[in-house]
Amino acid sequence: MSSPLITARGLTKKFDEFVAVDEIDFDVARGESFGLLGPNGAGKSTTMRIIGATSQRTSGDLTILGMDPEKFGPQIRAHLGVVPQQDNLDMQLSVSENLYIYGRYFGLSRKFLKTKIEELLEFAQLEEKRNAKVESLSGGMKRRLTIARGLVSEPEILMLDEPTTGLDPQARHILWDRLFRLKEQGVTLVITTHFMDEAEQLCDRLVVMDKGKIMAEGSPAQLIKDYSTKEVLEIRFGSERNSAMAEQLRGMCDRIEELPDRILLYSEDGEALLEKIYSAGMHPKTSLVRRSSLEDVFLRLTGRTLVD
Amino acid sequence: MIISAAVAIAEARRGRLGERVYSGRSRAIFERGYIAFKSSTWMVILSGFVEPVLYLFAFGYGLGELIGNIESNGLSIPYAAYIAPALLATSAMNGAIYDSTMNIFFKLNHDRIYHGMLATSLGPLDVALGEIGLALLRGFLYGVGFMAVVAPLGLIPSLWGILAIPAAVLIAFGFAAVGMALTTYMKSFQQLEIINIFLLPMFLFSGSFYPLSVFPEWLQFIIKALPLSQAIHLVRGLTLGQINIGLLGHISYFIVMIVVGLFFTTKRLNALFMK
Ligand SMILES: Nc1ncnc2c1ncn2[C@@H]1O[C@H](COP(=O)(O)OP(=O)(O)O)[C@@H](O)[C@H]1O
Ligand SMILES: [Mg+2]
Repeated sequence: MSSPLITARGLTKKFDEFVAVDEIDFDVARGESFGLLGPNGAGKSTTMRIIGATSQRTSGDLTILGMDPEKFGPQIRAHLGVVPQQDNLDMQLSVSENLYIYGRYFGLSRKFLKTKIEELLEFAQLEEKRNAKVESLSGGMKRRLTIARGLVSEPEILMLDEPTTGLDPQARHILWDRLFRLKEQGVTLVITTHFMDEAEQLCDRLVVMDKGKIMAEGSPAQLIKDYSTKEVLEIRFGSERNSAMAEQLRGMCDRIEELPDRILLYSEDGEALLEKIYSAGMHPKTSLVRRSSLEDVFLRLTGRTLVD
Repeated sequence: MIISAAVAIAEARRGRLGERVYSGRSRAIFERGYIAFKSSTWMVILSGFVEPVLYLFAFGYGLGELIGNIESNGLSIPYAAYIAPALLATSAMNGAIYDSTMNIFFKLNHDRIYHGMLATSLGPLDVALGEIGLALLRGFLYGVGFMAVVAPLGLIPSLWGILAIPAAVLIAFGFAAVGMALTTYMKSFQQLEIINIFLLPMFLFSGSFYPLSVFPEWLQFIIKALPLSQAIHLVRGLTLGQINIGLLGHISYFIVMIVVGLFFTTKRLNALFMK
């Protein structure tokens, strides 16, 4: 196996006294799709900016393609495509001008960019919008343009900070499809998200972050296996009765989580558990059996839900 | 491993002096400004050009009728020829300040454009130089435009006067560098106004319309230290052909402004966007 593209050891970032990233360790291998999953304020964007060599770490070691970003910022940035959490497209320029000028920032030739821009417009499905001003684009189009812009330098690593936050479901799926294509082409993806479905869809491997710390690491399937049961039974008795019922249900399954509006029961066989509950004379208003997700992993690790 | 063009370009600069802040590609920022400017700021350029011409006619010829000739360093010249270089220097200053304060403040605070630029292999000094480069272009256009009006009117008695154009560019560079540096420290549009409050009196009292000798000595001393006064005396020396060692002093003054302005701009861009 080749050595990792990115290696972080004890990576820490403080803003004055506040610790935004707290001694985290991780590796990203070539060609993999690596995720940082965590709620708002977990330190995902801060970590991304440090990797992107636009923010300086407070302590710890970080190597990107064998280089320290503190010493070789421009060289590292030349290898990266960056899609920040907040779009920073050039509002004064048109769609194709945005791609062109970004290529120029990397020093790429006009000739190279001429063909590259066509390729990227097609990839981002923005051919018809080439002369439109950025302001007139929808949220999904802006996001695709930002991704296309990040690809103009043919980066080995594409950094995506919450690529689909704020997009409607259809726009998300179009975007996911584009990202799958990049993955197939061998681009290494580093993605942050607070959506567990996105993490499950896109990431080969991920770390779960909370309050600047890494809580767990592994593939989505492995994390679910390690930190949750195969199935989850969600039942509701109505908000005022939930907590009384939760007491009675304890002991009937491996683990129980009480949320304000529902109770989650962790079990290898949800249907069988539901049978057992009915036989014990309890009658929930609603019930649902589903597979465990990363949401459950996060709940297990932190006692909180990802999106609140 | 396939090396992309972007990586090869960045690697070629490895080990150069200041590689972390400067990639040698400020022209890309300049190009960006040019593309954006093509579609937007023509009116500003036009007004910046018209303003000194209006002053020239209103004061140079209107008031000039009453005043007649004026003494400058033992040379007797028409009043319009006396104020023309001052108006050129002032328009270079105003254009540079406009570009480097209002425009830059907006980009720093309301637009995320510098975040985008600095996520590439560019450095903050590229950004500073490229943005200031636009002010130079403006200084150059004003200089050429103004000369095209005043030279046929016989207001540039000396052939040295042609050097007033590069002088206007130098002046614009100095003001833009310091203006951008100051802007990076400003927190609001109101604070930016402080710069403007300073500019108008500087224009009125820096020897644009009459020699500084009318003021008491101590005040002359202060005014001479101000950048616009330096600019006016530089351009006037050239257009009137009064070439002396003092001009080198004025030139050095602007070189210091450029160096100091670029130093603080780069430092602040680093602090604001690379923290
Ligand atoms: N420039 C900054 N100055 C001070 N605090 C910051 C700064 N950037 C981020 N933080 C704080 O660091 C924490 C982590 O932020 P961030 O990395 O943006 O989290 P996430 O992307 O996971 O939502 C937050 O509490 C945030 O307020
Ligand atoms: Mg974030």
